Amino acid sequence: MIGEPAIIPSAATESPIRAEQLRKVYGSRHETVIAVDGLDLEVRRGEFFGLLGPNGAGKSTTIGMLTTIVVPTGGRALIAGLDVRHHAAAVKRRIGVVSQANTLDRSLTVWENLYYHGRFFGVPRRRARLRADELLEQFALSERAQSMVFQLSGGLAQRLMIARALVHEPEVLFLDEPTSGIDPQSRINLWRILGDLHEAGQTTLLTTHNMDEADKLCERIAIIDNGKALALGSPTELKQTLGADTLITLTIDGEPAPLAERAAALAGVRAVEREGQLVRVFATRSEGVLAKLVETATSLGLHVRDAASHPPSLETVFLTLTGREYRE
Amino acid sequence: MSAEVGTFFALVARDLRVLRRQFGQFLVRTIMQPLLFVFVFAYVFPKIGQGFHGGSTGVSFTTVLVPGLIAVAINFQGIQAVALPLVQEFSFSKEIEDRVLAPVPVWVVGLEKIAVGAAQSLLAAGVVFPIVYLVHAHGAAPSLHIHDPLLFAIALVFACVLAAALGLFIGTVIDPRKIPLLFAVVVIPITFLGCVYYPWATLTPIPWLKVLVLLNPLVYMTEGLRASLTPELPHMPVWAFMLALVGGSTALTIVSLRTFTRRVVT
Ligand SMILES: Nc1ncnc2c1ncn2[C@@H]1O[C@H](COP(=O)(O)OP(=O)(O)OP(=O)(O)O)[C@@H](O)[C@H]1O
Ligand SMILES: [Mg+2]
Repeated sequence: MIGEPAIIPSAATESPIRAEQLRKVYGSRHETVIAVDGLDLEVRRGEFFGLLGPNGAGKSTTIGMLTTIVVPTGGRALIAGLDVRHHAAAVKRRIGVVSQANTLDRSLTVWENLYYHGRFFGVPRRRARLRADELLEQFALSERAQSMVFQLSGGLAQRLMIARALVHEPEVLFLDEPTSGIDPQSRINLWRILGDLHEAGQTTLLTTHNMDEADKLCERIAIIDNGKALALGSPTELKQTLGADTLITLTIDGEPAPLAERAAALAGVRAVEREGQLVRVFATRSEGVLAKLVETATSLGLHVRDAASHPPSLETVFLTLTGREYRE
Repeated sequence: MSAEVGTFFALVARDLRVLRRQFGQFLVRTIMQPLLFVFVFAYVFPKIGQGFHGGSTGVSFTTVLVPGLIAVAINFQGIQAVALPLVQEFSFSKEIEDRVLAPVPVWVVGLEKIAVGAAQSLLAAGVVFPIVYLVHAHGAAPSLHIHDPLLFAIALVFACVLAAALGLFIGTVIDPRKIPLLFAVVVIPITFLGCVYYPWATLTPIPWLKVLVLLNPLVYMTEGLRASLTPELPHMPVWAFMLALVGGSTALTIVSLRTFTRRVVT
């Protein structure tokens, strides 16, 4: 059980992350939940890969399996060619993990969190000290080095979690919703840091709810829901190949049903949805449709309180794929 | 292999860092109970003419108490030092996760908890000993002598390991919301029925109790220390408490490493 496996697959040829028909069923006496349902995944060396999905899609469970703390019910998960089930310790040596929950060590200071983490991974004392100082500097946390961890704000704690995951210079970095629950400024800050890491060649798997984030950071994205991958590709590919629509929303004073009926018949309109006063129109092109819709509403004697057009985005891709609205 | 050992000691270093930071707390929680106990029973009582004696006449009550209170300190510390932080880490924080992700099999992380817990128990025994030995009224001094240092050392060490393994077990199976019950339902009954204030042999008049308390791990810790510190008092045969201490430590270590692994890996 202890020790490196005898055969270490060639690091150059193996994908850093691979999942084959990965499956996880949580069971209790009362019910079973299929959290991940036959997921295939392959992340290339140096790639910034995104898992995009709504609450309960199975993102954290997938990361849990890839990082050895959730035992797969079926299929295989491999890190640098090592099966997570049989070579857990060797896998752990190669990965850095930023969990969804704050897992900082509350009994230690900010600096100590980094130092002892390095020591767990066999980083020599002097080097661990150096890395701690270096990373605090890089993540603009130097001033807080001696603070106890529970005194940190959410944004700072999140930054420290990422810094900690990097102390031992892992081959693969896992980030489970690293920017949820932090303010826009901190978020942009974090995006810059993650961009820099990518630039430096860090292989990263990120999960997110945030479409902008996935669009901005990821080279490739898998959209998952109910434990299954619905689509895979670069943000651009996803937006193009899935025939993502321009989404036009109109808010109407009064009864929008007649407008919705008429809208469906307009050229370039693929689908129409209604939700209270809101009419959502999925159009295959943006030119002219919005104007036409407003014109139609006026001719029906309806007052348009608000109208907006959203060009194809991951958000519209997601809506097209799942018929579900994204809620952050 | 050596990498794993390095990780083990890094985990130990982390725990010792935390212990050093909370050392005052450690002392207070270790000292308070036995100090008050010997103060009331070994100082106040003799002074006001109340008396206890531990079954056999001619032996001061303090002689009965010394091994008992040391064993209580060991047991209490093991549970306190291992179980309580774990429960906290499982419930409102998941901070254990960083250590579970350290590059060793998960059971090594549990084993480290037992090792550090046992060391803390040993430290507690060392802190409590002078107190229970020295605090007493004039003429109520305990009479101790270690006739077999090896027996004493083995009993002491395994008592500490048993206590820490018990701590790991409790910490991994208890529902965090039930922690207030831990003391009422587990720690206090163990203490009062642990043959702390009376040697096990003196329970003969209550046969059912004499048998029932054999389920209590503290009994073997107390009797082990009694046999090696105050051999003139009646005590359990050496083979019996040795079997329980060594066998119990081993078994509970194995079981608690399983419950630990099951708790952190889903
Ligand atoms: N330990 C567990 N026991 C039972 N069910 C679980 C457990 N962990 C997760 N689940 C269930 O598995 C499903 C997937 O959960 P998971 O946490 O992987 O989703 P997620 O995509 O990370 O969601 P979120 O965006 O909310 O973090 C959910 O239905 C969840 O309720
Ligand atoms: Mg999640």
